[in-house]
Amino acid sequence: MKLLLGVFEEIYGLFVDDGALAVLSLLLVAAVAIAVKLVGLPAQWGGFGLAAGCLVILALSVHRGAKR
Amino acid sequence: MADLTTIVTTISASFLASTVEVVEAFTIVLAVGITQSWRPAFIGTGAALLLLAVLILIFGPLLTLIPLELLQFVVGVLLILFGMRWLRKAILRAAGVLALRDEAKAFDRERETLAKQAADSRADLIAGLAAFKAVLLEGVEVVFIVVAVGAGRGLTLYAALGAFAAFLLVMAIGLAVHRPLSRVPENGLKFVVGLMLTSFGIFWTGEGLGADWPGADFSLIAIFVVVSAVAWVLTTRYRNPPNTAELGVAK
Repeated sequence: MKLLLGVFEEIYGLFVDDGALAVLSLLLVAAVAIAVKLVGLPAQWGGFGLAAGCLVILALSVHRGAKR
Repeated sequence: MADLTTIVTTISASFLASTVEVVEAFTIVLAVGITQSWRPAFIGTGAALLLLAVLILIFGPLLTLIPLELLQFVVGVLLILFGMRWLRKAILRAAGVLALRDEAKAFDRERETLAKQAADSRADLIAGLAAFKAVLLEGVEVVFIVVAVGAGRGLTLYAALGAFAAFLLVMAIGLAVHRPLSRVPENGLKFVVGLMLTSFGIFWTGEGLGADWPGADFSLIAIFVVVSAVAWVLTTRYRNPPNTAELGVAK
């Protein structure tokens, strides 16, 4: 049981380390998906927005990490 | 049909990422083998590889049932989470904010833990479980990496070849030197892998949303260059904090 919990914790840890980084990334993807699929934003612009947003979120997360 | 650039990028990403994971698993198995004995090390490793193979045989075929666009989107989002987490840590390590990973230290730590349990009547079982857990956990990461970088273009086989090559290389070097592979530039590798996985993640998620990237698959390289440039700027920025005295003058 302990081993199983360890495996699940490890798998969760694969994707989530800095919680804010994970949450902001998911929110960004959701926002871009809504903008492309529901609002009608050209998908290519959505792709560029996604790339730019990921880099901003990364920069914010590194900044927070460096301040700790 | 995928072009050569995509195939080479897929194999490279899988090879480099898997090398990091296999080196980490190797360190633990080696510690078990040297500290306790090779029997539990091999049994634990074998059992973990068997379980991984069973999981792949069960869940692998299910991937073919998922529509490609949905698969690209889901894998892309997971890669963004996985890659950015890895890249963030690599930037902070390169900038000197976090300590670099040291395989020799990890090896000593594991040996110390095992040595404390050597008197226990279940020492072999505990040692075997340590090897099993290390191989299983690192193996799950390798499987995820193979699926993540390969499935979006139907290149899982190429990605698996990259991972297998990493496994063979680490085993060959590891068995030859018979000590932790602390000279493998693991932190540098993690930096490059973080860049690659983040780039793959942005690319696949965009494709999954229907984005027609300019230059098709070549845009993956352009994304990689941009992500690398930002990572370099961040590393430089936090490695050399601004001189407060100068800031004071500027104000």
